[in-house]
Amino acid sequence: MSSARRILLGTWEFVVGDDWRSAVGVAVALGLTAIVATTDLAAWWIMPLAVLAILALSLRRAARDASRRG
Amino acid sequence: MSGAELGLALSVFLACAVEAVEALTIVLAVGSTRSWRSAMSGVGVALLVLAAIVAALGPAITSLPLELLRLLVGGLLLIFGLQWLRKAILRSAGVKARHDELATYQQETEAALAAGQTRPGLDGYSFTVAFKGVLLEGLEVAFIVLTFGANQHRIPLAAAAAGVAVLVVVAAGFAASAPLARVPENTMKFGVGVMLSSFGIFWGAEGAGAHWPGSDAALLAIIPGVLLVSNAMAWAIRRSVARAPDETSQATGDAPQPASLSA
Repeated sequence: MSSARRILLGTWEFVVGDDWRSAVGVAVALGLTAIVATTDLAAWWIMPLAVLAILALSLRRAARDASRRG
Repeated sequence: MSGAELGLALSVFLACAVEAVEALTIVLAVGSTRSWRSAMSGVGVALLVLAAIVAALGPAITSLPLELLRLLVGGLLLIFGLQWLRKAILRSAGVKARHDELATYQQETEAALAAGQTRPGLDGYSFTVAFKGVLLEGLEVAFIVLTFGANQHRIPLAAAAAGVAVLVVVAAGFAASAPLARVPENTMKFGVGVMLSSFGIFWGAEGAGAHWPGSDAALLAIIPGVLLVSNAMAWAIRRSVARAPDETSQATGDAPQPASLSA
């Protein structure tokens, strides 16, 4: 493996960790906030709600995986 | 000092103290079993590398336009913070193994003894283990110092909070001459996860163009809100894990087995 690839993989692992779905969820929520912010509607409530959902789903997956490993 | 600056200093101090406790355990183990001089050389070089990373990336990050900086850094901080929070909730719920500094110290000591005789001069094993331990634990702190500091253009304040945390932990560790097993590490990690996620929500939304009701004062609602929700989630998982073995044992007739993940 080249050192550039190793650095990229290491950075990904460091920031994103073992749950890439949460990172995608955050990116989608930020995108949605940016779109709503261009309209007359309030956009501040999107991130807290999105984080609540992202965290709940992530924990559900982790708890389910753990109970499978038993 | 404003509320946001106090939050910055507190978050960085807590995160740095937790990571410093973990690094100290590794350094104490190799230093006391092999070579203090080599272990401390490893620590010194790792600290220089970390300082160089902060010094090189800090000005580059702070030169970005504020909106873009808040969007990028807020998003990264939130992704990073959710990792901390998720692990902390799973530990609090008993699904993931808690950090145990005494067990880590024991493992590191056994590995250091099994690595063969100490060589005269610089002991490569002690240097490398101490260097890697401090660098890897320190990278998380460097990331937090850079993201928090850059967003408020207060990198020196963030770096100072990190420095004070290291000094406090090192002084306590050398005074005790033992790993700091009584530090409430898991609770502190929970707190850091809450702070990183809260600031990530706040800055990410601002960077995306949203306006918070009450401006900075919105943090006074976001932080307790994230803390409350996280505790509720830990409680719900703890309950479901406690119930699951009973259901399994009723179905199979086996003795209940607690679910757990390694650290």
